[in-house]
Amino acid sequence: MRWINSHPGNGSRLALALLPFILLVVAYMIGSAERLAENPNDKLLPGFAALGEAISRMAFVADVRTGDYLLWSDTIASLQRLSAGLGIATAIALLLGLVIGILPFARALLSPFVAAIAMVPPLALLPILFIVMGLGEASKIALIVIGVAPIMIRDLALKALELPREMIVKAETLSASSWQIALRVVLPQILPRLITTLRLQLGPAWLFLIAAEAISSDSGLGYRIFLVRRYLSMDVIFPYVLWITLLAVATDILLDRLRIAVFPWSELEKGK
Amino acid sequence: MSALSIKNLWKEYGDQIVLENVSIEIESRAFVALVGPSGCGKSTFLRMLLGQEIQTKGEILLDGEPLPKEPGPDRGVVFQRYSVFPHLTVLGNVMFGKELQASRFAARLFGSARRAMEEEARAMIAAVGLMGSENKYPAQLSGGMQQRLALAQALIMRPKVLLLDEPFGALDPGIRAEIHVLMKKLWHEAPMTVVMVTHDMREAFTLGTRVVAFERPRDRPEEKLRYGATITRDIAIWPPRQAGVPSIFRPDRDGPVSSKGQ
Repeated sequence: MRWINSHPGNGSRLALALLPFILLVVAYMIGSAERLAENPNDKLLPGFAALGEAISRMAFVADVRTGDYLLWSDTIASLQRLSAGLGIATAIALLLGLVIGILPFARALLSPFVAAIAMVPPLALLPILFIVMGLGEASKIALIVIGVAPIMIRDLALKALELPREMIVKAETLSASSWQIALRVVLPQILPRLITTLRLQLGPAWLFLIAAEAISSDSGLGYRIFLVRRYLSMDVIFPYVLWITLLAVATDILLDRLRIAVFPWSELEKGK
Repeated sequence: MSALSIKNLWKEYGDQIVLENVSIEIESRAFVALVGPSGCGKSTFLRMLLGQEIQTKGEILLDGEPLPKEPGPDRGVVFQRYSVFPHLTVLGNVMFGKELQASRFAARLFGSARRAMEEEARAMIAAVGLMGSENKYPAQLSGGMQQRLALAQALIMRPKVLLLDEPFGALDPGIRAEIHVLMKKLWHEAPMTVVMVTHDMREAFTLGTRVVAFERPRDRPEEKLRYGATITRDIAIWPPRQAGVPSIFRPDRDGPVSSKGQ
């Protein structure tokens, strides 16, 4: 049988999915053990005991200075910024994407502008944001919005434009006005795509969040990583990176579940 | 009444002349089947009747009034694909037009208004043979069932004219024969004029009261750009087929004619 036609069963699919993770952990263990054998005080690849000790210190012991449990207070600070940024970006993207996708006049007005804005490197704007909006939360949230909104707008506008013309015409023959077409034909059909595009933008959103936190903040996951970098505290950095990854992966999976639960038809249409 | 009168219609895309000098009178309650080779402009003609495209010259009158320049509820349509909304259930699809008409801002109905409309929609769903599938999404229906749904969705608006763009072209012959029976029944019952584009001659002669052929009278390569297609044949079916009336010689030929006539 050709390779393209042989499919893994459930068991081997799970094993194959886990394999790269296991390989990564094993490679780390070997590297760590070798370095520690050479120098027991090595800080670059701490052993699992050191990592566990650091995790319990960050997560379950109150910080002496502030009395906070640092991992949790950092997580809350970061997630607040992230959700504010993504929430605003999603709202803007939905509104502008819909308008650009439906109305030819809005498309002529906004489409080239959004395309140009999407090409501005957001990190290059960070100094401007810090200068204009100060070093507080606003500038960090603004960076996330500027970073992810233009791409989401373009994606949703494309999705709205992709809807078969027949469907819009059919709605017109059912007496739909422009408003009704936007509300009941186009909007519900781009909402699943909104969730998907949000999933795809989670990575960039985290990137902008950590960049902003690294430069100016007093809490947050990115702030902590860049703070302990000064002490070469890989035992804190590794768990933090892992934790951020876990948060992002969990959000990604939850968002996809949400799409299937709220828009069951979008899953049915997939095979078409 | 729903008579269509098309006078000296031309359609050009830039230099390309697609249709030239098309004139035809379509009497109320007729079932006109448009046939012709691919690319002869019969779908373009249908889209002009629909208001999706605007003619370059000439006029189209519906009951003596010029057609508005965009699609509206007086002209229903069923396309070969994408005629139903994938995000609405069968019931939602059939109720959709009524909901839009009754609720201009929210575009949704609630409570007793909704229940009344649901009643009508369920009757329509039963009429096209989709009973029991009310809560399914289009993706869960077969191609033939999707087209039945598209018909129900269009007909609940009681359009004066029903436009069909190769609606049954993608169905296999058995399903197609079944849906032809349904189509005849619906045409007998609903007070509408039907214009259908089809590639299937058999279908044209099975359903139509008239079969109209579009062709390019001049079709040499160097003539293709500047000469469009026009109506070359206009064949009335014999013995005549009449909406709401069984055929004279073979009463079963034109499908079930319900006793209520209109």
